[in-house]
Amino acid sequence: MSSGLYSTKEKNFSKELDLTRLKPYGDTMNDGKVQLSFTLPVADNERAIEAARQLGAKMGLSDVQVSHHEALDKDFSFFVVYGNLTHTVDITSIKVATIDSTVMDMHGVDDFIKENIGRKLVVVGASTGTDAHTVGIDAIMNMKGYAGHYGLERYQMIEAYNLGSQVTNEDFVKKAVELKADVLLVSQTVTQKDVHVTNMVELVELLEAANLRNKVILVAGGPRITNDLAKELGYDAGFGPGKYAEHVASFFVDEFVKRKMK
Amino acid sequence: MKSKLNLNFAVVDKARQYAREIAADTQKFIEKHTSVTIERTVARLLGIDGVDAQGIPLPNILVDNIRSNNGLSLGLSAYVGNAMIQTGKTPQQIAEAVANGELDITRLKMADMFEIRARIEEIARQTVERIRNNRRQREEYLGRYGDKQGPYLYVIVATGNIYEDIIQARAAANQGADIIAVIRTTGQSLLDFVPFGATTEGFGGTFATQENFRLMRAALDEVSEKQGRYIRLCNYCSGLCMPEIAAMGALERLDVMLNDALYGILFRDINMQRTLVDQYFSRIINGFAGVIINTGEDNYLTTADAVEEAHTVLASQFINEQFALISGIPEEQMGLGHAFEINPDLKNGFVYELAQAQMAREIFPKAPLKYMPPTKFKTGNIFRGHVQDTLFNMVTILTSQKLHLLGMLTEAIHTPLMSDRALSIENARYIFNTMADLGDELEFKKDGIITTRANQVLNEACSMLENIRRDGLFKTLEQGKFAGVKRPFTGGKGLDGVVEKQSGYFNPFVDMMLKGGNK
Repeated sequence: MSSGLYSTKEKNFSKELDLTRLKPYGDTMNDGKVQLSFTLPVADNERAIEAARQLGAKMGLSDVQVSHHEALDKDFSFFVVYGNLTHTVDITSIKVATIDSTVMDMHGVDDFIKENIGRKLVVVGASTGTDAHTVGIDAIMNMKGYAGHYGLERYQMIEAYNLGSQVTNEDFVKKAVELKADVLLVSQTVTQKDVHVTNMVELVELLEAANLRNKVILVAGGPRITNDLAKELGYDAGFGPGKYAEHVASFFVDEFVKRKMK
Repeated sequence: MKSKLNLNFAVVDKARQYAREIAADTQKFIEKHTSVTIERTVARLLGIDGVDAQGIPLPNILVDNIRSNNGLSLGLSAYVGNAMIQTGKTPQQIAEAVANGELDITRLKMADMFEIRARIEEIARQTVERIRNNRRQREEYLGRYGDKQGPYLYVIVATGNIYEDIIQARAAANQGADIIAVIRTTGQSLLDFVPFGATTEGFGGTFATQENFRLMRAALDEVSEKQGRYIRLCNYCSGLCMPEIAAMGALERLDVMLNDALYGILFRDINMQRTLVDQYFSRIINGFAGVIINTGEDNYLTTADAVEEAHTVLASQFINEQFALISGIPEEQMGLGHAFEINPDLKNGFVYELAQAQMAREIFPKAPLKYMPPTKFKTGNIFRGHVQDTLFNMVTILTSQKLHLLGMLTEAIHTPLMSDRALSIENARYIFNTMADLGDELEFKKDGIITTRANQVLNEACSMLENIRRDGLFKTLEQGKFAGVKRPFTGGKGLDGVVEKQSGYFNPFVDMMLKGGNK
């Protein structure tokens, strides 16, 4: 039997957690179990199954099992594959650019602004470019917020303006000037062929051309945004999935004070 | 159908009456106006197509020629009909001559209006006949293969490349999909022209062009004939070109089209006068072509709360129903929209979904309701997503929804992979089969959560409609009563394309299509 399931065979791998050689956990430490699924653009037959198995092996899986296969069309087949990953990573050596502000709740943020800034912060947000989706910016800004996390509109010490979707970068900058924004939030939800990157860079260029870049805190958010990507593109921070208004607010109030903005 | 909800139908009647008055009041404004896209639609229906050397569509060139000479209030038909008489050219040749700078159709001597009309109506009748034949062909297919009983499985393709879309659509149809919707590229709704030809570059979707429509329809006809069942094709008439896209859909035998009287105003910031004027003609075309329209109320719930704002969905459905009736769309072609978007963490959330879906079913008994899957609370956890979609599938089969948009387990991650669609179809078929007649077996407890909820939403919708009737639709939109979005009367995009008609204005297609195309 090739899988761990029901196997009484002595396993020749260490059962101790070793953070320098970290691998996935199925039901036994270091078994390396992963599940994946993919489609191959060939007919569903024995050769295709073997091809799927071999692809699994090339991905670094041992004991590859094709647990399910089915035809999606004449020349497309779908596979669910299990295997044991042979690769490991050393998690102790990993450095990631985390956003190192402590996360406060809504009242914490309001109190922080009252004590350290002494006036309301103006936050302007939009889903920019061709992106028609507002779910991201709404989750962060709208009164109701998302999943029990209130949005910035509910914060006493924040004046929040949600401009909605498909706002051109030009209009966004114009509005930012008009409203005297302290913080700009840019949401990019659905993007294809990396159009969000071009769009995000364009905004930075516009802000720089208008000599505004240093006068605002610029934050990006969306399912494909990471803090690293945002910083690379010239933003102050980026927030990916699972981040709420308080994460974003905690960051920008802290940054505002750090940068001695007035 | 026996009401399971013990709905107060006196309130339903009252709500419907308010909506009728709201639509009639707005219709007075609509009928006084035309727009650039309406006139371009007339150009297309008169057979004008193609682009100039710069890629500008000929209908745009012609309408711009008339508009820049302040002639649009008389309508394109008058100028083209006159140019036909004066030059002996066909509408297409006239458009080409204008594009080449050889002709200014507003400077020609005006012939007798009676003659102009006669000339235009002759051409118009040919187009109307072509659309009628498309309708007949659909009916012929449905007669030959029979129509699907139970919910239509509706999936989207969105690769950006029409040829890739065809591969995906064919696979989805082979897996069991009944309706294929080709999602449009982001931003198309804001273009004040329709791109031309087959396209392979789009973002998050594929350009709606007449050639793309034709290619996809041909591919689906092939699958339909192989499978012995008719696969429907869907696209979008929303945005700044509502009637033009409706016309293209009618010419290429699309079966389902998104068409909402308010959607563009609320979600694309298109000016409200423009959208309301445009939707009227676009719906006349959809109605005549036998197209099932999809309205967009489901979108309200992606920005507003699905429990608190449920009544706005119902109120908007009543309004959409009345605007559709004015445009000659029968109830059987009204895919009124709603959605399964209640927060999954809410206790009894499923029970409320069931109540709201059953309520829509009973209030609009003949309408092929369009039911949208959960999207707002999809997290990227595909396993949970699949469970959410399963619950959604259950509501559809229990309450006889008709246009069932399949939820994707990878919602919030990417546009669907071929395998995502297959898993979704498998899920829906399983639920629809294993629970096929469960709905008939169920009755809801008197004064229980479900009946109470449905009546509460109905009452709230009715009083909302009463207020809208008092304030007028335009003012209501200004106040942000739908989807929490406020729009000014003169704000948004496309207002400069709205023109007041002058006496003598005519659009031959309105009458021909409203009368079912009778000669």
